[in-house]
Amino acid sequence: MTDAPLSETQISTTAPSRMKRMWDSDFMWSFRHAPVAIVSAIIVVFLVLAAVFAPLIAPFDPFNPATLNLLNGFTPPGEANAFTGDTFFLGTDDQGRDVFSTILYGMRISLFVGFSAVLLAMLIGVTLGLIAGYLGGWTETIIMRIADIQLTFPSILVAMLIFGIAKGVTPAEYRDQMAIWVLILAIGLSDWVQFARVVRGTTLVEKNKEYVQAAKLIGRSRFSIMLRHILPNVLNPVLVIATISLALAIIAEATLSFLGVGAPPTKPSLGTLIRIGQEFMFSGEWWILLFPAATLLALALSINLLGDWLRDALNPRLR
Amino acid sequence: MSALISVRNLTRVFDVSKPWLNRVIERLPKALLTAVSDVSFEIEEKTVYALVGESGSGKSTIGKIVVGLVPPSNGAVEISGIDLATERDDRKIETVRSDIQMIFQDPYASLNPRWRVRDIIAEPVAAKGGDTNGLAERLLEQVGLSAADASKYPHEFSGGQRQRICIARALASGPKIIVCDEPTSALDVSVQSQVLNLMSDLREDLGLTYLFISHDLTVVQHMADRIGVLYLGRLVEEAPRDALFAKPRHPYTQMLFDAAPRMDAFGREVDPPKGEIPDAINPPNGCAFHPRCPLAVDRCSKERPEMRMIGETRVACHLAE
Repeated sequence: MTDAPLSETQISTTAPSRMKRMWDSDFMWSFRHAPVAIVSAIIVVFLVLAAVFAPLIAPFDPFNPATLNLLNGFTPPGEANAFTGDTFFLGTDDQGRDVFSTILYGMRISLFVGFSAVLLAMLIGVTLGLIAGYLGGWTETIIMRIADIQLTFPSILVAMLIFGIAKGVTPAEYRDQMAIWVLILAIGLSDWVQFARVVRGTTLVEKNKEYVQAAKLIGRSRFSIMLRHILPNVLNPVLVIATISLALAIIAEATLSFLGVGAPPTKPSLGTLIRIGQEFMFSGEWWILLFPAATLLALALSINLLGDWLRDALNPRLR
Repeated sequence: MSALISVRNLTRVFDVSKPWLNRVIERLPKALLTAVSDVSFEIEEKTVYALVGESGSGKSTIGKIVVGLVPPSNGAVEISGIDLATERDDRKIETVRSDIQMIFQDPYASLNPRWRVRDIIAEPVAAKGGDTNGLAERLLEQVGLSAADASKYPHEFSGGQRQRICIARALASGPKIIVCDEPTSALDVSVQSQVLNLMSDLREDLGLTYLFISHDLTVVQHMADRIGVLYLGRLVEEAPRDALFAKPRHPYTQMLFDAAPRMDAFGREVDPPKGEIPDAINPPNGCAFHPRCPLAVDRCSKERPEMRMIGETRVACHLAE
């Protein structure tokens, strides 16, 4: 037998599965050929999973004062405590909290604030950008001038302003509970401008395309055209900005918390941990600062690199 | 003889001025571009009316006014006696809207890249809450594609196939009139004739009326029953196809015919048209064509010629006879 059986030489006529097609798409191809993106994605996924499953992974609950032993304070990483004999993977802070556990829980807060703030900024920015770009005229002028004015202030200042106002209007007993939500609001409101600008620009291009005119001709309402026709076509750049904004939002949250206006020490985010840590930096307890800071660095850097890759991958001119 | 579409003294002026702050600082006057100037014609039911002219002659603008995408500055378009720009009765507007559809020039821009072909084709019906079950598949087969294409995205098709999808979308709401804005100018020559033949067949099968906008005289000769020639937003000549091709009355029409490439004329035997189409912001006085016209006399630069009937032809020229 020299001839191969016919069935083996035939080309498969069944359509490839959805997973297979996704794996073969341009997008995944460019991902598979970008080592930086792969490493970044692995780090991000790893950190996000660690944050999401923190209660399962963390050996201690740093928010439960009953489990804390002040004698365990300042235990260096990996060494046994002189009084209690307990060992901690990454050491403990001044109150005897396990640094590893506080990082996991802190990252949870940082990521939650980051994601929510970007989501809020995206919601506001995309809506206003679409409206400004599609309706034009005075609506556009007003929205975009507000955006321009907001851009003249550093966003951290805007966030602090919003944070201050919100703190002033919330009753004192709710302040700690509200702090996270106020942070989200402050960072979200300080960050919508770039979404609005990019979406407006893309909308201006898309709205003159003939498929939009075809929809107008059919008698679709302006709202329906914006939502169903234009929005899906402006989402690519939004995705890129959202990724890079996520890194910036996490850093902004850390900055605010570091300045003491963000997450309270009872529910520390990575920024709060860094603030606590820097008090002990020069007295030899370096681990309290170093590990949260390294985590923040790894998180922000990987998200940023992923965003950079995404921008190139979604840019048709760089294909 | 019933006119399905009647266009009366249609004028459209676009404001192309700079922003008012620039105007104040640089002391510029308002810049008004007259894209369409006093155009009147009628289209009878189940015929093809073609508008030809160079770029910037206002043919696309007329198409957009007819379908209601652009409001006229002056004059009116009546479709079955209803003027979309002034009609207040929503029910009548709805009827006219579903009676008239458009096929666009660029098949790469006229299909939403994020929508499946099924949703694109069914949209005119879905927008009115109609039954779209199997509609896209049926229409796809009618325009010579396969029903299985309905679940694909536009980027999976070639230009000609996309234009077929556009035609299918235009047919979805069961229109009487289709405005075709240079439907083949973005296609390969080999594909052009296929699409044109499809459009001819559909017209006969479905009893459609076309307003066919083109700059290509051979395409127009192939498709049209009646032809209007536009120059700088003005209708200069209008005639049944055979009359126009047999004896063009207006010197501009004559020039267009002379400029059209012919199979039997090689090298540089063809005289290129003289001059450029003038600036529509500052059109010439009198007859807009007089600066390029080989026959122009004194009167042409002073007095704008009225439309006159000569035989079967309506022509706007002082000298035509």
